Amino acid sequence: MALDIPRTTYSGKIKEITLGKGSKAVTVGGETSYPLYLFEGTMPHLPRIAMEVWDYAPDDWPEAALEPFADVINDPVAWARKCVSNYGAEIICLQLMSIDPNGMSRDADEAAQVVKKVSDALDVPLIVWGTANHDKDVEVLRRVGELCQDKNLIIAPVEEGDYKKIGAIAIAYKHTLIASSPIDINLAKQLNILLGNLGVPDNLLIIDPTVSCIGYGLEYAYSVMERIRMAALTQQDEKLQFPIICNISKEVWKSKEAKLTKEENPEMGDAKKRGILLEAMSATALLLAGADILVMRHPDAIKLVRETITELTSV
Amino acid sequence: MALTGIAIFKLLPKKNCGECGVPTCLAFAMNLAAGKAELSACPYVSEEAKAQLQEASAPPIRIVTIGTGERAFKVGGETVMFRHEKRFENPPGIALLIKDNMDNTEVDARLARFKQLQYERVGLTLRPELIAIKNESGDNGKFVEIINKIKSSSDCGIILMSDNTDNLAAGLQVCAERKPLLYAATNDNLQKIIDLVKKTPAPVVVKGSNLDEVADLTTKLTAAGINDLIIDSGAKEIKRAFEDQIIIRSAALNKKFRPLGFPTIVFPFDMTADPMKEAIYASIFVAKYGGIIVLSDFQGESLFPLLVERLNIYTDPQRPLATTEGIYEIGKPDDKSPVLITSNFSLTYFLVSGYIETSKVSAYLMVKDTEGLSVMTAWAAGKFVADVIAPFVKKSNVWEKVTHRKLIIPGYAAAESGGLEEELPDWQILIGPRDGAHIPAFLKNWKA
Ligand code: SF4
Repeated sequence: MALDIPRTTYSGKIKEITLGKGSKAVTVGGETSYPLYLFEGTMPHLPRIAMEVWDYAPDDWPEAALEPFADVINDPVAWARKCVSNYGAEIICLQLMSIDPNGMSRDADEAAQVVKKVSDALDVPLIVWGTANHDKDVEVLRRVGELCQDKNLIIAPVEEGDYKKIGAIAIAYKHTLIASSPIDINLAKQLNILLGNLGVPDNLLIIDPTVSCIGYGLEYAYSVMERIRMAALTQQDEKLQFPIICNISKEVWKSKEAKLTKEENPEMGDAKKRGILLEAMSATALLLAGADILVMRHPDAIKLVRETITELTSV
Repeated sequence: MALTGIAIFKLLPKKNCGECGVPTCLAFAMNLAAGKAELSACPYVSEEAKAQLQEASAPPIRIVTIGTGERAFKVGGETVMFRHEKRFENPPGIALLIKDNMDNTEVDARLARFKQLQYERVGLTLRPELIAIKNESGDNGKFVEIINKIKSSSDCGIILMSDNTDNLAAGLQVCAERKPLLYAATNDNLQKIIDLVKKTPAPVVVKGSNLDEVADLTTKLTAAGINDLIIDSGAKEIKRAFEDQIIIRSAALNKKFRPLGFPTIVFPFDMTADPMKEAIYASIFVAKYGGIIVLSDFQGESLFPLLVERLNIYTDPQRPLATTEGIYEIGKPDDKSPVLITSNFSLTYFLVSGYIETSKVSAYLMVKDTEGLSVMTAWAAGKFVADVIAPFVKKSNVWEKVTHRKLIIPGYAAAESGGLEEELPDWQILIGPRDGAHIPAFLKNWKA
């Protein structure tokens, strides 16, 4: 019995966005079908993993996450270098955790100097992720934008509350922007329209739908991403035809389940493997929902997901 | 594939006798189409019409039940490709593999893990459903022996796997009353399986080397009157297995292609030898349309994330999970421990309780029923305001649990502190952080 394989009718395509510059620049996007539905369309650029680096030594990471970086944890430059040389990172995501006004509240200039040093030490694309506090992000990211003006950074997050100011920085210094909206397809679209009206060119925009991990609302992010892809690919919604980034590892490793020891809860098994799997499985689910860039932490989780991407896309 | 009222009407006896409860056959047909009547209410409908109507009204993906009684496991019945369109209906079954040539200690350890590895979450118990018993030895007696052992030790759903149809038949005789799933009908043993299941009914896996072959086999089996089928597409690499799952679901839903209108079974361990990778593959099938996922082994570190992912993906998007109203003890609180209050959106509960645990400060967490809304939304909707929080606190027995009178409310409900101090005059209202992540820092400064 010959099966007539059903095929989705697609009318749109995800835009191709190039991150960074030079020989290590990375292009993402370009899909013409639902994520990894390679029997229906093409995926000219494989989804990429950006390795996470913090701008100060984290004090709340579980042992398993800390271990691979123990020797570089106090030095963001060495940390980023290690990610590239030891773990083959193709993109680095520097999380500016130090600037949180409720936390360490490092001042803008000091924070920006750290970004500059990391940026100077790398030839792979660098994502700089702020703290989602509008005033502080504007202050810090403006300094970062200026200091690293010829670097083609990728700056996040840009939200409805600060898009004008951060958008202006990106336009002035030619950085790529990550437009963040709170798990809502309409808000994602609206922010992209606002940024477009402001003059941010289409080739400098990436969507951050705001994601959560397994056990903490994964399903919301999953469905919003599926809807964004559906609108972009089958309903010609041009304002949603952008690559998607998922800043997921931070969410995973701060959860209780990633921190519990085996002694505290024998039913939950080996703590290190559990953390790695929570990260890798959360990332994999987001990959199936449409992630083009996954921000990840543990080298073993990264290896699992990277291999899975290769296996799902092999010919 | 619902029929229209007119199409149904054509199949009715047209006597207009009214015995079905409505005056005319047409009215009855309209009610049937709307799902407001049962065909059995008409005593005169012909057998042939009955068969046609049943066929037409059958769900596009058949619901198959394995096992009986309380732990009967139901799979299939899906109606959408994307969960936001409606919801996913029946979560995939997670099965543990046990081979009949494993030694006794190993089998016992596996059975123990099958029982122990379960988890409480949002008032639900997350646990695996099935054990797949494989006749690896090829020996009839060994197969029967291990089936008996597992049968008496667990009320789980059972999958019987053997390449030898006689052994499968012997296995089925031992546990027929448990309604096990038989693995598998293939091109080579089709007639034997038909004869076996005709005699002793049981659901059957259909295994082909590709989807065309599967469709052929299911067509032959349904023609023989065997309808409780599950599909193994035979894929041995993740890429093809992933694509097969999508094509099967889409053919059934979008093309109404009956021969593939059945749930599936997958074996990630056939696609990789690495247990970590196996877990990742299993997680792919949880999201993308697996019906039964058989795992080579169970370990807490992989089973737990998998079961929670399944819970997440199969949550009804229209009805977020809510936590039951009440007072929850985090850690080992005593009469000096802090009391916090929050809404009953399950995510809120998880985050807040998780952060309290991280703080290592034992506490009482009061969860107010806000109809599953988060603090911010509930507050805006008037469901988490002084007028409803105060009576909840008064009626609770938190009075007896602590000697102090300090209540920590979420930062997002800060505007309620005045109202609460008025309505709970004995209590001092403390405003907690807006972001749960700051709870540990907040609790560090706690003094009763
Ligand atoms: S009982 Fe049957 S025949 Fe009589 S009116 Fe109803 S549908 Fe028609």
